[in-house]
Amino acid sequence: MRYSGLKVIKEALTGHKGWRPTWRDPEPKKSYDVVIIGGGGHGLATAYYLAKNHGITNVAVIEKGWIGGGNVGRNTTIIRSNYLLDGNEPFYELSLQLWEGLEQDFNYNAMVSQRGILNLVHTDAQRDAARRRGNAMILNGSDAELLDTDGVRAMYPFLNFNDARFPIKGGLLHRRGGTVRHDAVAWGYARGADLRGVDIIQNCEVTGFKIENGKCLGVETTKGFIGANKVASCVAGSSSRVMEKAGMRLPIESHVLQAFVSEGLKPVLDGVITFGAGHFYCSQSDKGGLVFGGDLDMYNSYAQRGNLPVVEDVMEGGMALIPALGRVRMLRSWGGIMDMSMDGSPFIDRTHIDGLYFNGGWCYGGFKATPASGWCYAHLLATDTPHKVASAYRLDRFRRGCMIDEKGQGAQPNLH
Amino acid sequence: MIINHPILGPRDSQEFTYLGDAALIDRPDWQAENAADQFHDYLYLRDNPAGEHRELWFHEQGDRSWLVVTRNTVTHEILNVELARDVARARGRSK
Repeated sequence: MRYSGLKVIKEALTGHKGWRPTWRDPEPKKSYDVVIIGGGGHGLATAYYLAKNHGITNVAVIEKGWIGGGNVGRNTTIIRSNYLLDGNEPFYELSLQLWEGLEQDFNYNAMVSQRGILNLVHTDAQRDAARRRGNAMILNGSDAELLDTDGVRAMYPFLNFNDARFPIKGGLLHRRGGTVRHDAVAWGYARGADLRGVDIIQNCEVTGFKIENGKCLGVETTKGFIGANKVASCVAGSSSRVMEKAGMRLPIESHVLQAFVSEGLKPVLDGVITFGAGHFYCSQSDKGGLVFGGDLDMYNSYAQRGNLPVVEDVMEGGMALIPALGRVRMLRSWGGIMDMSMDGSPFIDRTHIDGLYFNGGWCYGGFKATPASGWCYAHLLATDTPHKVASAYRLDRFRRGCMIDEKGQGAQPNLH
Repeated sequence: MIINHPILGPRDSQEFTYLGDAALIDRPDWQAENAADQFHDYLYLRDNPAGEHRELWFHEQGDRSWLVVTRNTVTHEILNVELARDVARARGRSK
């Protein structure tokens, strides 16, 4: 069933009786060419691109809960291509280009809105770093503009420009960045994969791997054994728990990251503003709520909820930047569990076990990476070679001394 | 979270900074044949369990002692707090 404006009008006139479930609810087959563990954005995108780009449709996505119930439903919906390092920026630029064509591609309204992202700077050193980052972005085909104070003031006159500690001296503007309706990303990919024959199996938890003579033959699940030529883990947040069942220890710690949304307001903020110095960023959702994010709680956690000190820290950051927020009431907060990798960058790689593949370590940047992650993981699964823009995301990079330390802070999660 | 400091009593976890798995106390032998492999695992790989986790907390805004806190990573419940010095000595370290 294709969605179109005409279809909406027809259904409106006929009592909405013609809509059908967006994807099937099949029982698992005995075996598949590829079994993807994890029905989040990345897993569903992987299934979609396996089918669409590589013609591999004998695929199952197995999900322990419901699809889209993990981090793809627990983020702040930002998309951007504003990285510095060569190992990262081509990947995120591919991702942003895929976002730009996504809705036409999978015929689903994901509400991709390129409203622009502004990273504020407060010192000469930060301005230099922003200029360098902007040049790296432009070299990799992305867009960047360095604004001075007046440039920022023209966009957002209500910011606190004269804060004693962090006066606003300009910003790096990335106009193609923006926001997306996050749930629709999971649903759109699920529908696109399902239409091409992929089985999406929900409420099916992986309990173990069947590994014989160094080869992975399939997965044990709560719905029985499912055989597979290739098993692809894609469960960021829970990567250590799943891969431990295959006997692997990963360069990952799980941390909780909180986010917040305010009551609905009239339109006040038409872009995304990041205030890195104050651990705060903000955008306004299409429903009118201001969406805030901040820093990690900074301790290992699988709890999907954080503690109050970070709530206070984020609100203080918000008040320092936008004093007008003082009368806004917070509506909800939530926490997502991040795979914090040691250098702050992800993995898309084979493992030492034949037929077992790993995708994870997305830290707090997984949402924007969804299309390219699926694209490159599908490429790896189909061809057994890394996609050229994801070739740095190897599991052995610490052993080789080839870390991708985007922030230049060193290889420990509590630094990122 | 409230951390029950063995010397100072209950303290807000905000006074502390977090390092990670208490296994970091067991630094590998740099003279071992496979020291490079051991240090790779020591520096970069983690057990990262869901459930009980022994971890190092530093009382930066307090008496600057290192603690080994046993905490449940699913519920955030703190189950036990020890001085890291005592833990290290019990493992045969000189300090």
